[in-house]
Amino acid sequence: MSAVEIAASVLLLSGSLLAVLAAVGLLRLPDVASRLQAATKLQVLGLVLLGGGAALLGTAADALKVLLVVLFQAATAPVLAQLVGRAAHRARIGDALVRDDLQAAVEGSGLEDRSDRDG
Amino acid sequence: MTAVLTITAALLFVAAALTLIRLLRGPTTHDRLVALDLLVVVLLGGIIVEAVARDAGAHLILLVVLALLGFLSTVSVLRFGVEEPR
Repeated sequence: MSAVEIAASVLLLSGSLLAVLAAVGLLRLPDVASRLQAATKLQVLGLVLLGGGAALLGTAADALKVLLVVLFQAATAPVLAQLVGRAAHRARIGDALVRDDLQAAVEGSGLEDRSDRDG
Repeated sequence: MTAVLTITAALLFVAAALTLIRLLRGPTTHDRLVALDLLVVVLLGGIIVEAVARDAGAHLILLVVLALLGFLSTVSVLRFGVEEPR
């Protein structure tokens, strides 16, 4: 195994171990907000590790494709986490927070009534 | 090298199985959304492992498609679908 293959296998293995860790975290954590933590870790770091392994082994074109996906995930993962977290918070899911500043802001701003939704 | 790839594929399989458990058991829709997000990334990993094993760089285009699909589906479910009983 050449040095490149060793480095690539280390990256691949750590990426898949992180995937198992995130899945276990998803199972054991109590409510949506903490499960979100486990899921979004994998979205960027998991792809960076697995993609890095693939880029090392493949040609420059492969590395470019992997870089494209990694940049895309790095841009969209936070947006997804924020959206899911806000929807879960607004639906009052999970055990009550010890201190909840957002609730006051949400109730104050009249966002509660969903009349604007055409659904 | 093939041993590493098989171990990686096995670990990704275990991760996908655990995510499916959360997907089935998740009490609320939001849990299922998070589980689906995780499943998309595990599938991306699967595609990467398959592309490396088969030494076919062209398969990596699938990554972009699947990542975009995962993102758009979650956003659309959140925007239109999720109405939890208050």
